[in-house]
Amino acid sequence: MASGLAGQMLAILAALALAPILSGWVAQCRAWLQSRSAPPLWQPWLVLHKLFLREVVLAQGASPLFSAVPFLVFACMVTACAIIPTLSTDLPLSVVADAVALVGVLALARVLLSLAAMDIGTAFGSLGARRDMLVGFLAEPALLMVLFTAALGAHSTALASMVDVLAHRELAILPSLAFAGVAFTMVSVAENGRIPVDNPTTHLELTMIHEALILEYSGPHLALIEWAASLKLFAYSCIGIALFFPWGLAANDSPLALLFALPILVAKLALGGAVLAVAESVSAKMRIFRVPEYLAIAFVLAVIGVLVHILLGS
Amino acid sequence: MDAIPLAALARWPLLEAMLLAALGWICLGLIGGLQRSPGHAARWVYPIGALLAAGVAFLALLALVAPPLAPHTFSFTHGMAGFVMHFRLDALSALFVALLGLSATGVSLFATGYFSTGDAPSGRRICAQYHLFLASMLAVLLADDTVTFLLAWELMSIASFLLVMTDHQKRATRRAGYLYLLIAHAGALAILASLILLQAGTPDPSFGAMRANAPLPERSSIVFLLGLIGFGAKAGLLPLHAWLPEAHPAAPSPASALMSAVMLKTAAYGLLRLTYDLLQVQLWWWGALMLALGLVSALAGVLFAAIQTDMKRLLAWSSIENMGLIFSGLGLAVLFSSHGMQPMAALALTAAFCHALAHALFKSLLFLSTGAVLHATGERNLGRLGGLIRAMPWVAWLTLVGALASAALPPSAGFVAEWLLLQSLLFNPGLPDPFLNLLLPVAAAIVVLASALAGYTMVKFFGITFLGQMRDNPTRPCHEAGHWERAGLIWLASGCLMAGLVPGTLIQLMDPAVHQLAGSSLGSQIGAKGWLLIPVDIEQSSYAPLVLLLGIAAACVLTWLILRRLMRRGLRRSAPWNCGYGFTSARMQDSAEGFGQPIRQIFESMFGIRRSLPSPFDRSPHYRVSVEDRIWRGGYLPIARTVGRLSQTLERLQPVRTSACLLLSFMAMLTIVAWAVL
Amino acid sequence: MNDLSTVGLQLIDLLAAVSLLLAFGLLIQRRLTALIDFYALQSLVLVIVTSLVGWLTGQRHLYLSAALTMVLKVLLIPILLYRLVRRLRLETSHDTLVKLPATLLLGLLLVIFAFDVARPIAQLSTAIASGTLGIALAGILVGFLMMISRSRAISQVIAFLAMENGVFLAATAVTHGMPMVVELGIAVDVLIGVLILGVFLFHLQDAADSLEAGGPASPTARLERSGPETPKPRKARTQTP
Repeated sequence: MASGLAGQMLAILAALALAPILSGWVAQCRAWLQSRSAPPLWQPWLVLHKLFLREVVLAQGASPLFSAVPFLVFACMVTACAIIPTLSTDLPLSVVADAVALVGVLALARVLLSLAAMDIGTAFGSLGARRDMLVGFLAEPALLMVLFTAALGAHSTALASMVDVLAHRELAILPSLAFAGVAFTMVSVAENGRIPVDNPTTHLELTMIHEALILEYSGPHLALIEWAASLKLFAYSCIGIALFFPWGLAANDSPLALLFALPILVAKLALGGAVLAVAESVSAKMRIFRVPEYLAIAFVLAVIGVLVHILLGS
Repeated sequence: MDAIPLAALARWPLLEAMLLAALGWICLGLIGGLQRSPGHAARWVYPIGALLAAGVAFLALLALVAPPLAPHTFSFTHGMAGFVMHFRLDALSALFVALLGLSATGVSLFATGYFSTGDAPSGRRICAQYHLFLASMLAVLLADDTVTFLLAWELMSIASFLLVMTDHQKRATRRAGYLYLLIAHAGALAILASLILLQAGTPDPSFGAMRANAPLPERSSIVFLLGLIGFGAKAGLLPLHAWLPEAHPAAPSPASALMSAVMLKTAAYGLLRLTYDLLQVQLWWWGALMLALGLVSALAGVLFAAIQTDMKRLLAWSSIENMGLIFSGLGLAVLFSSHGMQPMAALALTAAFCHALAHALFKSLLFLSTGAVLHATGERNLGRLGGLIRAMPWVAWLTLVGALASAALPPSAGFVAEWLLLQSLLFNPGLPDPFLNLLLPVAAAIVVLASALAGYTMVKFFGITFLGQMRDNPTRPCHEAGHWERAGLIWLASGCLMAGLVPGTLIQLMDPAVHQLAGSSLGSQIGAKGWLLIPVDIEQSSYAPLVLLLGIAAACVLTWLILRRLMRRGLRRSAPWNCGYGFTSARMQDSAEGFGQPIRQIFESMFGIRRSLPSPFDRSPHYRVSVEDRIWRGGYLPIARTVGRLSQTLERLQPVRTSACLLLSFMAMLTIVAWAVL
Repeated sequence: MNDLSTVGLQLIDLLAAVSLLLAFGLLIQRRLTALIDFYALQSLVLVIVTSLVGWLTGQRHLYLSAALTMVLKVLLIPILLYRLVRRLRLETSHDTLVKLPATLLLGLLLVIFAFDVARPIAQLSTAIASGTLGIALAGILVGFLMMISRSRAISQVIAFLAMENGVFLAATAVTHGMPMVVELGIAVDVLIGVLILGVFLFHLQDAADSLEAGGPASPTARLERSGPETPKPRKARTQTP
């Protein structure tokens, strides 16, 4: 029990520390690909540090909901990262929530953030909320269907069991996972506000989604939300790794085993981040009304993945 | 708990006590209806009603905790010769009675405050109708013979019809009431036909006699189909849903809350009673049909909910969605039962029951908060509201609980239901029919899509009403809800939270009812752990909402504590940044139409949209858009036109003079009498 | 069967799934050049499947068939199509898609239908990869759907070719390939078909000034159908480089 708790704490701390680095890594790769001089890897940490020291400027008329949401969203993301088997498949919190509950926690964070954006009553806030919910209501089912494809193979929606089963196959890539993989990539790009759905660096009114949501936040509040956003990217990367490259996770909860699993995770994340940067650099931003089509494609592909799984019965 | 008190409990006259409570409601209604000053009377009549409801809920929970060996029965011989009223309390009834009691307690508490402010003469009528409505719903759930059931059913329809007609001066209300009455009666006729077929010639109308001799499968199918039409019309399943979005908004908010939360559930109860209890045999296509209808209703309901601009209408459409999901669960249970998969059927039934309970709690909460908003601002059009969280924080925060539950987000009760439904859709050991096996994941996809859209709808509902700035009139006077209203809302919100946080206990309470129908239950797997939900196997899936919530709360508090030490610079208020635009007005926020616009555009082909766009040369440009239900245009209107044309044709046959008419009727009567005698 | 061949079987299933995935890619892709790329990729998957089946069953003629597919469908036809697109000046133009969500939904229904239909047939077959039949059938149906939903003649040609790929996959999976004579005949047919269609398209544009298969549409109607961001198909010039 004690070693389980220590392992769980280690996994959470690793997520907290690594998540901004992952965002920094993606930004760095993008800069290299676009022949710019890259910011340092720990740039997001510097930004967080700067923001944490600033004062909070609250808009007049902001309700308590508005100031509570950064904390809630951050807490949701930390919990999500604790549920996902990032380093080990045998951690105490993994029985608390399965894949469906994980998607539920992510959805809770999204709904809260959208509500907070509507709280001030500016045009941009409600626009961002609407667009974010638009992305969400299609991306969330697609993500669930992707997870179900893996869940059917493992006869379990518990993430740890899914990873266990997937890691011990002779040919780990099931035919159904080909569909799921494409759908998952599309969904995670959309959910993390990346090109072609959204641009994390844009402030152009007509195209922004995530930036419009958090327009009114400042100082430590903004830092928490930015940190939560990078945790979300980390969480999605870890889900992808767990489903499609499930090797090298510790099978028990001793902190030592987790420490051994850490370099493997870092290596996989680095690879995934680089791939994301390439994908972002070669694609162009979509019109906002193409986004539902894009997500509908992901949804249908994920459903076909489940169907293929049933057809082949494996 | 010891075994001895439980055994003693089982001998308590629970059923008689419940019937007394129903009688008490009727008396309260009569007394309240006779009071000189209805506003004053409401202050003591409704709390007593709430007390009775709480008592009924308590009794029903007792019946569930200590399931009696044999169901309680009670028969009551009426003055008329040979006419006996049968009542019966088994686990299924007890479950739905508990649902009725729990949600009626909150609604009655709220109604105390809601009806005590005005002293309009309609208050007297509403008081009588409201309590009659409660009593008739209880009677429907307890009735054990055809006559009593139909009597209670019709009373329930009429009481709710009268409540819908409260505002009868308005033309729209009269139209809604007429439509409701029409469909309710068509449904009641279908139920009547179904029960008569089931009775099949035997003179005994009691359900007990029907249980004893179940009909052949072909006849059962007809009975089932008629029942599905009748109960489906009450539940608002497509395509018999047209009355629901009209009637629910027209009634006073507490009445809408009861209609949505409890009356719709009596339809689910009726269909369960018919398929599982009276028919005893289930065919696979019944389940498939229920599943299909449920899924279609769920998707259509939530899509229409997302584009509504009237708060109550939005909630009414969302009720259609939720009833659709409940019926999907029931259909799945029937499907599994027909193939002999009892544990899976138990899982699906549990999911449906959880959803029914969750919906009863959060939908009444949301309807009541709509009532509070309506009282405070006199407005229920979303497009004119906004920013109410500042004026009415209590209502806003309690509504948030309901909205999150309605959006099926953890750790609320709605999420537990969705989670169980998905589990039962995903992990079946394989139905014999491969085609159905392929369709079940598609059903899961639709369920997930409907839940995600419900999230969108609830963000719209809550965000536009309570957040942002008041859109229409910034100086509109509005006030916080009174103590009674708050008490009702708190009761329901805490119910939502409790049901979501300790699902294991909840499922154990439902266990006797599930066991009675499916012949199997989840009780053994749930074990003693109320906090951890393991429907089948811990390796397969588990969910512990309490720990999840504690985890989120702990992370939240820790972050806050650390940040408070870290944040040396204070907090400053200033004008909103808004990307640097200086001028902002409340009208620049998304309106209700605007928020629904993406849905309207994406699913354009599902709606009948009529739009008029301004041209660039218009002096006073107007943008109008109206969305219609395609089924209304394509299904209901042609029927209405055909009936109208038929009656016009018949009118021509009618003689002009009244006496000639009477003569014809007289002759017809004579012929019938002569035919009967000969 | 040893471990190696189980892995081989799973690989065949996986590749068939990838082929269906590419069929869906064809169904939703707007850019003509990307369509050709997708087609070439799908053909490449077919080459791998054919040689894999040949290796697993020891049938030599399948290697020949794979080589033929490689030369014809991965290299020759895509090159021809690319040249056609370049000569018609369509490199940057998009095809119109009517109601993408509806098309997708139809595609999903077709997949369910195909899987359900294929199940009893696959049980009769004793071939090694009978699960593949359903996927191949779905690929054929999706190709047909693509042919229906497109308005440009050239994408309809590609859709037709994708359908043919599906047929080929089904044949390989269920009967271990068609007789060589039939295969050669089909290959030649397809090649000649593409050549003729290319010439035909070229002249069609010259004559009718439009490549919309539904006949030349009025400019406003075309604008409505394709939406504002889709550029109108550029007018072809008669002089070619």
